[in-house]
Amino acid sequence: MKNLGSLMAAYMIGWGVFFIYFVTVARRTADLRKVVERLKQSLTRGK
Amino acid sequence: MKMTGKVLSAAAVVLLLGASAYGAFFLAPTELTMGIVQRIFYLHAPCGMTALAAFIVCFVGNLGFLFKREAKWDWLAVSSAEVGLAFCTVVLLTGPIWAKPAWGVYWAWDARLTSTLVLWLLYLSYLILRTMVEDPDRRALISSFYGVFIFLDVPLVYGSIWWWRTQHPQPVVFTSGGLNPEMRKIFYLSWLSLMALMVLLVRQRYELEDVRAEAQTLAQEAEAG
Repeated sequence: MKNLGSLMAAYMIGWGVFFIYFVTVARRTADLRKVVERLKQSLTRGK
Repeated sequence: MKMTGKVLSAAAVVLLLGASAYGAFFLAPTELTMGIVQRIFYLHAPCGMTALAAFIVCFVGNLGFLFKREAKWDWLAVSSAEVGLAFCTVVLLTGPIWAKPAWGVYWAWDARLTSTLVLWLLYLSYLILRTMVEDPDRRALISSFYGVFIFLDVPLVYGSIWWWRTQHPQPVVFTSGGLNPEMRKIFYLSWLSLMALMVLLVRQRYELEDVRAEAQTLAQEAEAG
């Protein structure tokens, strides 16, 4: 099984990039949703 | 998109990716010259084609904004640029891992590799440019012009292996007899799964822009009130 390490490394790196990107976007969206909720509450209190 | 729809589409993409990985590792025949390391092809090549597809969507988004001046086109452009950059990153990382055992070197400054690296740098600069302009309308306009201009590198990357002699192999997918039929099936399955992943990621990233716009509007209302 020559070069099995290279094959595994390529797939691990490839999937790793996509997984990290997916998690990063999900976290950025969740953080912004919290900001939106906070702003909505402060606007409702202000009325 | 509702939560159930999101979970179902994510699950479908994971299943497709799993099926394509199974095909690449266990069903595809082993190539005679390179051996098992050639199986990187089923990730590397479809990732490259998916990156180009994402940059085409970005180009459409940029043109859409220039003609219609509606924010949703700009959101589509930035979402697909970022996702395309992620795919292009995978291409640039997996390529050298395959090149070392196949060519004996990690990198060669040939037309395909160089134009792909330039493409990656151009779309990175597109995203950096967007962080430098505060006003959303101005940001969308400037980045749309720039996005249309940098798209010129996409046909250059695609055509480089036809137009110049390169270290990178000549096309095998869209040519007759270039690829074993079993390999071709696994290749198309891999490409389908990565295109589905691209659509999922663009939708998720588009949603982020939507929420960001809502937050900006509310912040302006709070300041005014």
